[in-house]
Amino acid sequence: MGSFKLGKMTLKSLFTKPSTVLYPFEEKPQPAGIKGHIENDITACTLCGTCSRVCPAGALIVDRKAGTWSIDHFRCVQCKSCVLNCPVPCLTMAPGYQKPAREISRETLQKPAPSPEELAAKEAAKKAKIEAAMKAKAAREAAK
Amino acid sequence: MGKATIIPFGPQHPVLPEPLHLDLVVQDEKVIEAVPQIGFIHRGLEKLTETRDYNQFIYIAERICGICAVGHSLGYAETVEGLMGLEVPKRASYLRVILHEMSRIHSHMLWMGLAADAFGFESLFMHCWRLRERVLDLFEAMTGGRVILSAVRVGGMVRDQDAATLAHVQEVLEGIKDEYHEICRAFLNDSSVRSRLVGVGVIEHDDAVNLGMVGPFARASNVVNDVRCKGAGAYAELSDFTPITSNDCDCYARVEVRAKEILQSIDIIEEMIARIPEGPVFEKPKGSPADGAMACGALEQPRGECYYYAQGNGTKYLERMRMRTPTSMNLAGMAAALKGCDLADVNMIVLTIDPCISCTER
Repeated sequence: MGSFKLGKMTLKSLFTKPSTVLYPFEEKPQPAGIKGHIENDITACTLCGTCSRVCPAGALIVDRKAGTWSIDHFRCVQCKSCVLNCPVPCLTMAPGYQKPAREISRETLQKPAPSPEELAAKEAAKKAKIEAAMKAKAAREAAK
Repeated sequence: MGKATIIPFGPQHPVLPEPLHLDLVVQDEKVIEAVPQIGFIHRGLEKLTETRDYNQFIYIAERICGICAVGHSLGYAETVEGLMGLEVPKRASYLRVILHEMSRIHSHMLWMGLAADAFGFESLFMHCWRLRERVLDLFEAMTGGRVILSAVRVGGMVRDQDAATLAHVQEVLEGIKDEYHEICRAFLNDSSVRSRLVGVGVIEHDDAVNLGMVGPFARASNVVNDVRCKGAGAYAELSDFTPITSNDCDCYARVEVRAKEILQSIDIIEEMIARIPEGPVFEKPKGSPADGAMACGALEQPRGECYYYAQGNGTKYLERMRMRTPTSMNLAGMAAALKGCDLADVNMIVLTIDPCISCTER
């Protein structure tokens, strides 16, 4: 019993550095794996729409026709369910929280149109697939 | 004898941490009756089960309350797993207990800081919150979030923890333990704290049982009521668990129970880390809860027993999701404890039940 039971700790804290940091001039280091914000590698994205279906906050909109993927950072709750369910995977959670903004806006990413080389490669792959199917069909008929 | 007066207290009041309204019937600075009223922050979260599937709803469940975020997501996940007959990998249930006990430490430390602030011990308040910050840093390193963790999902955990992270957790908790002993000494042995708390807001054991009190509030009246004793999940693997109780039945006893529970939680985490098995941490749930299937679960939240109920309808959306929170059980006890107290002790008594109105109203 008695008073000043916290005296030792209080005296010690007089001679130690402050426990707080002078934000925004000084920032604490962010550990790896922190849930800061969502990033999408739009070139790899197949616009399958799984992320928008699993999002509990309705923050993601995928428009396959227009070839866009958009996120409302103000609705996003950083739950990471889109990242966990992305089949590609092209979504990641990057460190760094979103900065405050004056207006609510969506970040929209446009999937780039394929280059002539990519289109040619796609066309060639499609042709090869059809040819292989025709050959297989012909082989089946010959066997009959 | 003076004339009885009704003083409206809250929902916004400098000494109240939560939006709770009390009509205090006061006579000669003594409270002769306290009528609690809630309903200021109802958000209709349970109704959202109709528009969010059972996987999405876990993110809503953990947003019921910031302090009990791990507890609510864990309680919900366990109930839905029971509904679907899903068995969680052992490593995941160990990790769940580690996170849940860490959330108990941060909740109790937050409460102890608020209690110290309520009785005017500002430096003690700051030291409590300084230590709590280290637990939040651990959460950040383990899950990527500080308060809302989104670490638990139906079927297991989102992320596994490697041996280095678990060793770091143990090291930090050991460091906290040393400093925490000093804080505990101030709470439990300082004469100024004792003179403010001893004999205030007494609820005898029989009254506590009759009023259906739960959690540390009940255990301070020597009611041995702790869901962890039932051994759900990895709690069954604990070598020994005895709930911390006190016979004093007053505000001091409630501080004592919570102060000792922090040390008990550190011991549980250390035991879990020492015995955690290897293996996967997630088992993907298949299908949806069957039509008419019902499940319930109980979990010892930092504030006491929380009861969950879920009903399936054959689709991925639940038919019904319901929870009974510890504060709703403790409000009757709080009104009884306020009867006959000094007006100046009201904030202290309200605080010692550790009310969480956002949990209660959802």
